[in-house]
Amino acid sequence: MTSLLSFILALTTAPLIPGIINRIKAVSAGRQGPPLLQNYYDLAKLMKKGVVYSHTTTWLFKASPVIQCAAACAALLIVPFGGGAALLHFKGDLLLFAYLLAMGRFFLVLGALDTGSSFEGMGASREVLISALTEPAFLLGFTALASFTGRFSLTGICHSVSFLSLFESAGTATLLIVVAMMLVFLTENARIPVDDPNTHLELTMVHEVMVLDHSGPDLALIEYTAALKLWIYGALLIGIVNPAGRHTLAMGLLIGLAGMAVIAILTGFIESIMARLPWVRVPQLIASALVLSILASIIVGW
Amino acid sequence: MTLFLWGITIIFISGFLVFLPGRGKAAAMISQTALIAGSLLTAVALYPVLIQDQVLHISLQWMTPEIRFALHLDALSALFILPVLLVGVLGRIYGSRYLPAEWHAMRQKNHWFFYHLLTAAMVLVLTAWNAVLFLIAWEVMTVASFFLVLYHGEAPSVRRAGWIYLAATQVGTALLIMMFILLSGPSGAMDFDQLVMPAGIHGTLVFLFMLVGFGAKAGLIPFHIWLPEAHPAAPSHVSALMSGVMIKTGIFGIIRIITLLQTPPAWWGWVLVGIGALSGVQGLLYAMAQHDLKRLLAYCSVENIGIITLGLGIGTLGLNQASTLMAILGFGGAVWHMLNHALFKSLLFFGAGSIQHATGSLQMDQLGGLLKRMPRTGITFLIGAAAISALPPFNGFISELLIYRGAFESILHFVNRSLPHQMGGLLIMGALALMGGLALAVFTKAFGIIFLGEPRSEGASKARENAPQMWGPMAALALGCMALGFASPWLIKAALPVFKTLLPTFQQDILLAELLELQEMLFYILWGSLAFIGFLILAGALRWLLLRGKTVQQAPTWGCAYSAPKPKMQYSASSFTQPLVRLFKTLLRTRSHVHSPLSYFPTKADLHTHTPDLFLESVYAPLMQWIQRLTDRMRWVQEGRIQLYILYIALTLLFLFIWKL
Amino acid sequence: MKTVLEILVTLLILSNLLLMGSSRLGTLIRTVAAQALILGLMSILNHWHCLEWGLMLTAFVSILIKAMILPRLLTRAVREAHVRREVEPIVGFTASLLIGLLLLAVSVYLGSQLKQPQSGYASLLTPTSLFSMMVGLFILVSRRKALTQVLGYLAMENGIYAFGLAFTVRETFLVEIGILLDVFVAVFVMGIMIYHINRNFDHIDTDKLAMLKE
Repeated sequence: MTSLLSFILALTTAPLIPGIINRIKAVSAGRQGPPLLQNYYDLAKLMKKGVVYSHTTTWLFKASPVIQCAAACAALLIVPFGGGAALLHFKGDLLLFAYLLAMGRFFLVLGALDTGSSFEGMGASREVLISALTEPAFLLGFTALASFTGRFSLTGICHSVSFLSLFESAGTATLLIVVAMMLVFLTENARIPVDDPNTHLELTMVHEVMVLDHSGPDLALIEYTAALKLWIYGALLIGIVNPAGRHTLAMGLLIGLAGMAVIAILTGFIESIMARLPWVRVPQLIASALVLSILASIIVGW
Repeated sequence: MTLFLWGITIIFISGFLVFLPGRGKAAAMISQTALIAGSLLTAVALYPVLIQDQVLHISLQWMTPEIRFALHLDALSALFILPVLLVGVLGRIYGSRYLPAEWHAMRQKNHWFFYHLLTAAMVLVLTAWNAVLFLIAWEVMTVASFFLVLYHGEAPSVRRAGWIYLAATQVGTALLIMMFILLSGPSGAMDFDQLVMPAGIHGTLVFLFMLVGFGAKAGLIPFHIWLPEAHPAAPSHVSALMSGVMIKTGIFGIIRIITLLQTPPAWWGWVLVGIGALSGVQGLLYAMAQHDLKRLLAYCSVENIGIITLGLGIGTLGLNQASTLMAILGFGGAVWHMLNHALFKSLLFFGAGSIQHATGSLQMDQLGGLLKRMPRTGITFLIGAAAISALPPFNGFISELLIYRGAFESILHFVNRSLPHQMGGLLIMGALALMGGLALAVFTKAFGIIFLGEPRSEGASKARENAPQMWGPMAALALGCMALGFASPWLIKAALPVFKTLLPTFQQDILLAELLELQEMLFYILWGSLAFIGFLILAGALRWLLLRGKTVQQAPTWGCAYSAPKPKMQYSASSFTQPLVRLFKTLLRTRSHVHSPLSYFPTKADLHTHTPDLFLESVYAPLMQWIQRLTDRMRWVQEGRIQLYILYIALTLLFLFIWKL
Repeated sequence: MKTVLEILVTLLILSNLLLMGSSRLGTLIRTVAAQALILGLMSILNHWHCLEWGLMLTAFVSILIKAMILPRLLTRAVREAHVRREVEPIVGFTASLLIGLLLLAVSVYLGSQLKQPQSGYASLLTPTSLFSMMVGLFILVSRRKALTQVLGYLAMENGIYAFGLAFTVRETFLVEIGILLDVFVAVFVMGIMIYHINRNFDHIDTDKLAMLKE
């Protein structure tokens, strides 16, 4: 029951997260900022519009946003939230999760290459570099957690680990992995210091430029997918920190939502304080997430 | 067994049928039909072995008491034979259109003869139960494939590729002969069920010879150098057969030798894991840096063989640690990946052949926009690319999942027991994850640059879809990929006979229990895949609903208000992977040759990058040159005068006579 | 308390990796100072319930010298020599990081072969101290600027100090004062040498000192 509720909650509340992030960024800069529900208004506006396709593109370009959205929704099925279990959980669901998102990424990159433009090509080429490094970082971080808890499932891991384990044997390691996962969160969602989601300056950006040619409902699907991914990775971070099984259904969901808001505010602050790293430093940043995960395994295994 | 023998014999004879007199086309058709018939017969003969868990055996007196004509068909052999037959038949159909239509030419008749011979020899290799029979079939396989590679033998690069291939496999075979001699022991028995793994240093030697001998055929680093030379040189259906099926015979050999021992030593497993991980990562890195599609696919085969070997290593560790789950996951993942790779690699090579047939070029930087011009080839190639990148719900994901879980089980097994081994398991997972990410890069490059965007050359823009005989086999293989992915839960339960053959020391009910647990996991994955497809339909329907009655316009791609975009401005294959190649530059050593303008005014400039194979250049080529210099010194033995040679013979006979006395 | 000690040891490992990967001299100096601070804190926190004056004094003096005085001297030397970065080391920074990970694996293996110390610190301190020593030595060997080599020497000394912390149960006073004296004298000597090298050659590239042999 919790699972179904949290799934529906995710689908409906996800666009709020970019709203919170943008609001924090605006307030830090001394501005008023857009309303919190701005993303919903944007999605509604885009869905009402027509669409422009390029001569160069094929059916793949039209299919790409649909596939990305479906992949994100399917991955959402595996993510636990609010102290409950995910709708789909089994031993090894971690890998299905990672590879469903990889499926979305595959078609994102192909959609970008379909336009035959060098802007999208640059975004695609950088995206494959970043994802080639982020996948090991994410998988190794969760595998390290899995090896200390003995459960190879996202739901299992989130139920067995929390900030309380800081006071137990695997404490330091959990802390290191939380930092590593925060870096993965920033990377996968194309946030500063890895990518700038705000401007569409093609020459320096990665994710925004890949979807440059999409319009109308296609763009709406893509924006919604981005919001879902923010929710997904945020839920995983909360899952690692939050102790499970101690609250009632409503309390659990409330704590989950509060945690999501905290992560959004934190991201907003990080985005306001930092600038995007020079491009050569981005692989080093992701590699440091990898190193933290490996270090965490060494510490626990020791 | 009789049915099976009939099947192989028909396949063997069908090769001769191509020499029938008359206009070559009829003969070719007859031999093709005979091949299909023979393969169907053989496949039917496999049914009782695979489904009803029987074992077929035959052993006939042949040359000496030790050298018998012994064939043994168990579930493992049957599983390896299925892709041989499938790809053999599909390749034949494909090749009938792919090769230029010179039915009467001797070279084409020879080509098909050797093709059928190769198929028959591979089936024989997989069922031979006597070491000498095995080696004879192995040699026939090598020689037949050598002639197949040399179809375009007038080009010096093709000849060079052929020689490298022959040299590599002959060295491998020599080591295999030594290995079998060591295995047969003092009794000299050659039947596989009488082979005994020696202890101590001899056992280590057997392992090393096996690794190099079978590894050279399989394409493990550092014995892989022939793969990226031979596959691009050979015609595409031959590349598909070689890459999809022939290199797996090396894996089959490794599996047979390892399972001779009940508890192989742990270091064998770790060596296999190490070589597998190294082949996987390095193979993929080289694939990333290639400009030629077939070379990219060849290096990708190296990577997939690396994954299979990783699985074998985990399985060996499972045997060593007596952990049923690890053994099942390791060996099961390896064998499943073998099947999967046969399907999708053949599919991709057929695609490469179609591209070459339609555009005349395999240089990715010259292609583009082919999805519009060759839609069927395009979509089947896309399915192959998605399958090889291990994306759910295709088959590649399932086999990699099994190996991932095997790695995780090894971590769990060594937790609290040994930190270095635990780290080893973690490194396997890291390597697999890195391979997944890099494979995504390689295959978005392969599919995206070739099929999407604008054509970058004349040849690409004039491409047309090929004949059904060429995209038909591709479609069949693509359907096979999807089917294998969706049917995975039932297949793993049905694979119990295979596991019983692989792991005879484990009890059947334990095996069954573990398989049922894995089946449950695969059912969940099936649910996940179905959910994904459900969401696809939902999102697609939403998009269709939203777009009803809205304007859909066409316009040029947004080029930041630049009004004259050219195809040359697109990202090329090299620029797409340049950030990754630069990140790994210590491992790749890409050389670039730049000619920049020398004066202040703009003139023509060009840039050319080239990634040589490190092992070929820095290890084998200097070694071969050193051997050549050494043997040059012995040239004086070959005087040229016949009297001297007769003297040599006489002296040798005298020596032998004296020795024997 | 155990967790806090473990966190401090982890920070020590991370600081060593930072030493391997960073090229800015300011960052390197601050990292080495932070290492000294962490080590001092560790020795105080470990004996939190049985503090004695000698221990507090030693820790305080070592923090004062290694984390405040020496870094200040080194920063002044950096300013006078007009260098800010190690620009062209003998081994590049990405390669150094990979080698650092390899050294970490080696020191974990070596640490697992040694007998566990009884002094009550996190048992992870043993491989960490070996790691610090190896990192310090590596930086000494693979960098060109004399100042970076001094910092490598200091990192090595930190490692030796940590090893001493892990293994000595009593009479830690002797070990610590010995190391402190070692560090103090060495830095002074090296500082004087750097001053003279800079004055005569106008740079502190030790690689170019090889010219002297001709």
